Amino acid sequence: MKRFLQAAMLFGVLLAGVVVASQAQGLRSVLGTVLPYAAVAVLLVGVIYRVAGVWGRAPVPFRIPTSCGQQKALSWIKPSKLDNPSTTLGVIGRMALEVLVFRSLFRNVRTQLKPGPKLAYVGGWELWAAAMAFHWSFLLIVLRHMRYFTEPVAGFATMLAALDGFFEIGVPTLYVTNVLIVAGLGYLLLRRVFDPQLRMISLAADFFPLLLLLSIVVTGGLMRYFGHTDVASIKELAIGLITFHPVVPAGIGSLFFVHLTLVSVLLAYLPFSKLMHMPGVFLSPTRNLANNNRAERHVNPWNAPVKVHTYEEWEEEFHDKIEACGLPLDKP
Amino acid sequence: MSEKLPKPEELSTVDFRPVDYDWMTAKATFRKGTYSYQAAPKNLKYLGLANPREWSPIDDDWKLPDNWKTIILEGLRERLDKFRSLGLFMDICVRCGACADKCHFYIGSGDPKNMPVLRAELLRSVYRRYFTTTGKMFGALAGARELDVSLLKEWFYYFYQCTECRRCSVYCPYGIDTAEITMLGRELLTLVGCNINWVMEPVANCFRTGNHLGIQPHAFKDNIEFVRDELEEVTGIHIDPPINKKGAEVLFVTPSADVFASPAIYTLMGYMLLFHHIGLDYTFSAYASDGGNFGLFASHELMKRLNAKNYAEAKRLGVKWILGGECGHMWRVMHQYMATMNGPADFLEVPVSPVTGTRFEHARSTKMVHICEFTSDLIRHGKLKLDKSRNDHRVVTFHDSCNPARSVGILEEPRYVLRNVVNQFHEMPENTIREHTFCCGGGAGLGNDENMEMRLRGGMPRGHAVRHVRDAHGVNLLACICAIDKATLPALVDYWSPGVDVGGVHELVGNALVMEGENERTTDLRGDPMATSKGESDA
Ligand code: HEM
Ligand code: SF4
Ligand code: SF4
Repeated sequence: MKRFLQAAMLFGVLLAGVVVASQAQGLRSVLGTVLPYAAVAVLLVGVIYRVAGVWGRAPVPFRIPTSCGQQKALSWIKPSKLDNPSTTLGVIGRMALEVLVFRSLFRNVRTQLKPGPKLAYVGGWELWAAAMAFHWSFLLIVLRHMRYFTEPVAGFATMLAALDGFFEIGVPTLYVTNVLIVAGLGYLLLRRVFDPQLRMISLAADFFPLLLLLSIVVTGGLMRYFGHTDVASIKELAIGLITFHPVVPAGIGSLFFVHLTLVSVLLAYLPFSKLMHMPGVFLSPTRNLANNNRAERHVNPWNAPVKVHTYEEWEEEFHDKIEACGLPLDKP
Repeated sequence: MSEKLPKPEELSTVDFRPVDYDWMTAKATFRKGTYSYQAAPKNLKYLGLANPREWSPIDDDWKLPDNWKTIILEGLRERLDKFRSLGLFMDICVRCGACADKCHFYIGSGDPKNMPVLRAELLRSVYRRYFTTTGKMFGALAGARELDVSLLKEWFYYFYQCTECRRCSVYCPYGIDTAEITMLGRELLTLVGCNINWVMEPVANCFRTGNHLGIQPHAFKDNIEFVRDELEEVTGIHIDPPINKKGAEVLFVTPSADVFASPAIYTLMGYMLLFHHIGLDYTFSAYASDGGNFGLFASHELMKRLNAKNYAEAKRLGVKWILGGECGHMWRVMHQYMATMNGPADFLEVPVSPVTGTRFEHARSTKMVHICEFTSDLIRHGKLKLDKSRNDHRVVTFHDSCNPARSVGILEEPRYVLRNVVNQFHEMPENTIREHTFCCGGGAGLGNDENMEMRLRGGMPRGHAVRHVRDAHGVNLLACICAIDKATLPALVDYWSPGVDVGGVHELVGNALVMEGENERTTDLRGDPMATSKGESDA
């Protein structure tokens, strides 16, 4: 609980600060232009530094895929092409499954000790479902936001919005992704707080991004469903940002600045946090390499010579015993 | 030792609720039965490793070098530069907990630090403190911890409570492999002389004599001949197994336990019969007398030092390719490390089965074929005369060993062989086999007696699964393709599922092989009576 409270407090202070700042007209140009630019800069530099400068700089000395299925060896035994790929194409397929549908997480089955005593393997899909609901909604929401950045509005953004509002519930139409993202994030947060094991392994840095993301979602939702937001002005601001002619039109409600500032915080926070799993997953050597070790030699750039015990030394040491037992000697 | 062990029912009441447990402050307690003894100084000295001394994990003073902290942190920096996996795995874990209940040691002990995620956090918390900005700035709030002696003791306790089985990495959405973290954690411990003897003695032995048991060449030959004589008693077939024979077509490398320890020796009998049956031109080597490689459990460098002999010997003997016996961790090394470390093996030829003509393209670079690949190819081509009913006294299940399953993917080959040599074969529950397989609890150097309670705890999931098929189908033999399994599973099975034996796949092949000129067989290779009824039952 301690670490949840720490995170909640930190986040509370952040949120309070943001809310106060959003009220001050004088800070609007900072929150509306300087901060987003700074955040994007930190994001880009941070991600590129970590990916290219840190991870990318370290070599992959050994090819260590985790094989999660039958290998490709004998022609008549069917290999598991995606869970244990032996070709680049297979690896691309495996990675696509990991990134798009969280293949490995899908294997998750909870282990439970039942009376007997016996072990039972049950459930576990909830985590996968919540993760999918959150991530996919997040992606679709980001893409939907492109309608604020494009004039005329990009076709895909309109199409997504139409699909998303397919059920036409309420006015303005309720987006399915909004429901799913709240449900997904809510579940992920609640299980972290209430599942004793998970609470125990969680750090403040695990609660914080969930709170941050939830607050972004909630402020966004408030603007859409409950406020009267001047969308035209916001779009002017957004287009100003991406065309490098930043403007802060008058008449935008403070709620928007809370929303935008929280997004800026998220972007700037990302490179220093576990959210780096996004680029990281693509680099994971247990997933992104083909299990063709015995067919293609993998080269280790720092493969250093080591002290070995050569046959000659071995024969010399055991010479008499080898001779006595009648095994052949190279130097009799 | 065993009289002090809790009963299976007691051991099975694991409490998983971490009430008020704070992993960041909790210390490791070295309880008898749950840790392995320190490496003897002579072994470290022989290998030229750091800080050989008399000490014990339960001592307060571990007699570390004065600058131990610098050594560890420098060592960590060096490894972060050399292994992308390390930095990446340190940075991207989201603590989703998917791996937590996948580790057999957590399932069997309930100790939170046996959750793979927390095992990794032991290293990660130090990484954060010394290598990340947030960790340096925010300390404990950011999950960073000061490196001190009690933390080093946690490393020792928990990195030697991981069998490097890679089960956790199957479920991790980013493939974070706690086995890799354990391997590198153990490397760091090696830098300051905190090793266990059950790893270092075999390594020292292996470096000197060529095998973990320290069998010298004459004794190696004696043992092979002893097994040969036993075999002759059962079958009436006399075999002269070639050793260190130059110009043989194939070098056969197998774990030394096959030559020395029961029940692994029955597997060796199986190989000998098989090779005799097909007239294979092969040789054992008394120098490369162990394919197993406990170096894997200490450091990449030691792994390479022990592995080097295989190619060197293949070259010296002038063989065409290498055939490898039943072993788990050996195959991790042969498959994922050997060619990279000690190759290229361009002096060898792409392996071709002299009997079937099959070119083993999948091994065209490393030039080493797994015995189950080799045998299933023989069976597929109808080259073996087999009488399945000779194994009718056996109801068999198959334990996938961690490394062949999760580091190579040898899943179907042994099953194909089994289905062709036994009539009664039943799988264990699907969450406990193939890539989901559960460790024997004694791999990675933990299969020693002093660690017995932890082994049995770690072996609980496997033990329960065996008990399940024993009760449901009358299984009485747990077949496997790993020498460590053959050494550790018997104790496990006796404890969790009495009445089941442990044996190698090629032991069953040996039972079923109909040899030219053999005696009528009344007993199996162990000398146990075979079933008399020759009835056909379904596999
Ligand atoms: C390639 C893109 C991505 C992939 C494949 C991916 C995958 C995953 C997976 C499999 C999990 C574990 C399941 C879970 O705990 O939900 C996870 C967790 C998480 N992801 Fe992502 N993710 C990606 C991008 C992102 C982005 C862009 C964000 C937000 C900025 C994000 C935020 C999170 C958060 C906050 C968690 C932790 C949830 C928790 O604490 O329970 N992810 N991600
Ligand atoms: S499954 Fe992977 S990401 Fe999740 S807690 Fe375990 S190591 Fe971390
Ligand atoms: S590698 Fe195996 S023993 Fe080690 S943490 Fe993972 S599941 Fe546990």
